Amino acid sequence: MITKLAASAATALADVRDGSTIMIGGFGRAGQPTTLIDALVEQGAGDLTVISNNAGNGETGLAALLATGRVRKIVCSFPRQVDSQVFDGLYRSGRIELELVPQGNLAERIRAAGAGIGAFFTPTGFGTELAEGKETRVIGGRGHVLEYPLPADVALISAFRADRLGNLVYRKTSRSFGPIMASAAAITVAEVDRVLAAGEIDPEHVVTPGIFVDRLVEVGDRFAKPEWADVG
Amino acid sequence: MSAERGIGGGLSRSELAARVAMDIQDGEYVNLGIGLPTLVANYLPVDREIILHTENGMLGMGPEARDGQRDPDLINAGKIPVTERLGAAYFHQADSFGMMRGGHLDVCVLGAFQVSEHGDLANWHTGRADAIPAVGGAMDLALGARRVAVMMELTTRDGAPKLVAECGYPLTALACVSRLYTDIAVFDLHPERAAAVVEIFGDHSIDELRELTGLGLMDETEGRR
Repeated sequence: MITKLAASAATALADVRDGSTIMIGGFGRAGQPTTLIDALVEQGAGDLTVISNNAGNGETGLAALLATGRVRKIVCSFPRQVDSQVFDGLYRSGRIELELVPQGNLAERIRAAGAGIGAFFTPTGFGTELAEGKETRVIGGRGHVLEYPLPADVALISAFRADRLGNLVYRKTSRSFGPIMASAAAITVAEVDRVLAAGEIDPEHVVTPGIFVDRLVEVGDRFAKPEWADVG
Repeated sequence: MSAERGIGGGLSRSELAARVAMDIQDGEYVNLGIGLPTLVANYLPVDREIILHTENGMLGMGPEARDGQRDPDLINAGKIPVTERLGAAYFHQADSFGMMRGGHLDVCVLGAFQVSEHGDLANWHTGRADAIPAVGGAMDLALGARRVAVMMELTTRDGAPKLVAECGYPLTALACVSRLYTDIAVFDLHPERAAAVVEIFGDHSIDELRELTGLGLMDETEGRR
């Protein structure tokens, strides 16, 4: 019988090795898998490459992971924000490497990795400094840039509900990178509010099919948290 | 540009937003960039059904959330809590940017540091050595919509024109902007023609605009003043 539910976040991440490439889902704070990130901080793996849209907000979650100094490189589209002080400090002092990728290229490179595409030509970035040194081609009269897939060893994502088989449903804009990252990593770990029995999610409503999800961590109902007080 | 009336009778920020909104048609799918373009949402004509796209994964975005409506799972591309309209839809990032690149969005309105007379756009990086670069969806948006409009002040605080022959700042995309809305005038831009002034606000003149920008602007304002 398939059992993807891990006993704890620590158990789910126990085998993450030094030097791993880790995808972290979410856009800003929405959809950020904070329980899994905290567990990764505790777990202690270092020399990490992180792929995430942003480079942390405030002092918690991804920002706390960066603050440990165990992230060698970050691949993201929008590191600089009003509350990205942790990343800003590391970057200015040369303690983290940045690969800046336009958001749509970041998404498509992740998707390509999950879908077994060898590379693709995209118009985004053509003629800009982010395409310097990259192969280009004019297709249909328009300049394109060759971009390669972006796979990972581990993806940490957040969803709303899972069933025992790892089928996932998200909530609103917290879906963001979850479905594509789930497909692009050797091991995908999803934190979800609740894990339901098989059949409790309508098959027509499944957003990420369980084949893309290896481990589940149940974190409890988000509506009990003060940030969701308006929603409940 | 202050909230008050602009210099020489140009448009205020809110008047400019209303002017941009006037050109968005019933049934169009629209992305409003972070910053000044966000204001356009406040002036969309109520008799037109216009669907707002936010690139973090939503169509049918409603107004900014008020007290009692904030949901950490429902934010816009500027990470501001927003609301959903009836008939809204959520999707992942690859679909969201596929909508842009695939030419499905009708209009995108962006802010800019500089726009060139042939529609090159610079809006993601000042190029300053100590600046931390961040691009987000700017490069995808700039070439993903069928009509890419820019709204900005025509000059910097120091009075230098932001409509220029060649952009000095790092480029976001080449020859992508077709219409430029500013506090002083509206311009149509084309990759192979000189920029055309189609509308002038307040008591400014075409000669004044030519002198300010140093460009050989065409005058297509007839009947639009």
